[in-house]
Amino acid sequence: MKTLLANIVLGFTWMLLNSDLSYQNFLEGFFVGYLILWVAKGTFSSNRYFTKIPKLIGFVFFFLYELILANFKVAYDIITPTNLMRPGVVAIPLDAKTDLEITLLANLITLTPGTLSMDVSPDKKVIYVHSMYIENVEEFRKEIKTGLERKLLEVMR
Amino acid sequence: MIADIISAALIAIGAILVLLSAIGLLKLPDIYMRMSATTKSATLGVGSILLGTAIVFWDIGIMSRGLIIISFLFLTAPVAAHMIGRAAYINKVPLWENSIVDELNKNVEDNEHVKQ
Repeated sequence: MKTLLANIVLGFTWMLLNSDLSYQNFLEGFFVGYLILWVAKGTFSSNRYFTKIPKLIGFVFFFLYELILANFKVAYDIITPTNLMRPGVVAIPLDAKTDLEITLLANLITLTPGTLSMDVSPDKKVIYVHSMYIENVEEFRKEIKTGLERKLLEVMR
Repeated sequence: MIADIISAALIAIGAILVLLSAIGLLKLPDIYMRMSATTKSATLGVGSILLGTAIVFWDIGIMSRGLIIISFLFLTAPVAAHMIGRAAYINKVPLWENSIVDELNKNVEDNEHVKQ
């Protein structure tokens, strides 16, 4: 967190030194600041920052890919008269502990077409997900746990 | 020229996705699947229309506004879908008869916050 702030300050400094107050220039400064902090890694910038930013970018692309793929799957079912759906509600045990992690996971599950997070148990240990395509309950549970949840937790922790 | 083609493609894809979600709303058998179909393709559809618009103008003010609208859409749409789906379940709207599992059913009875 402190490193992120330092990086933003470096971006602003770069912007002021160039006397050009624009987005592009700030992004340039942010990138240069990132490189500087990377060189000074371990002295006053934390190492976690540099493993986390690439992971975050990777996660965004992974999620966009999933989103588009799932959209096509649902779209195919909508435009063809066949019904390939095998819907159901599955309970998935949560590894996510804090409220923020659970909220983000539930939101991301709902954003993927075909799946809808329905409820979280009162003790926050289980999330109930409605899905349109369940080949096999165990398989589906594993898919969410090793796919979306593990990748999200890697970014968050 | 290339920007024109990309933005036209994005806007066309967005319009098609919104149309598909409208058809899905009519065609799918139960409320939970309808929620799945509408919110998501609509979110992605509106997202790609906005992205296409941003590329047409290629102006930093419009682009940042487009990106902010997209991020707010991605934040709020799933919350609404979740709340509607949950309210439907608590009010005992039935699942489609071909649904294969319902693991929430046996637990919903002893959930305190569901009863209220």
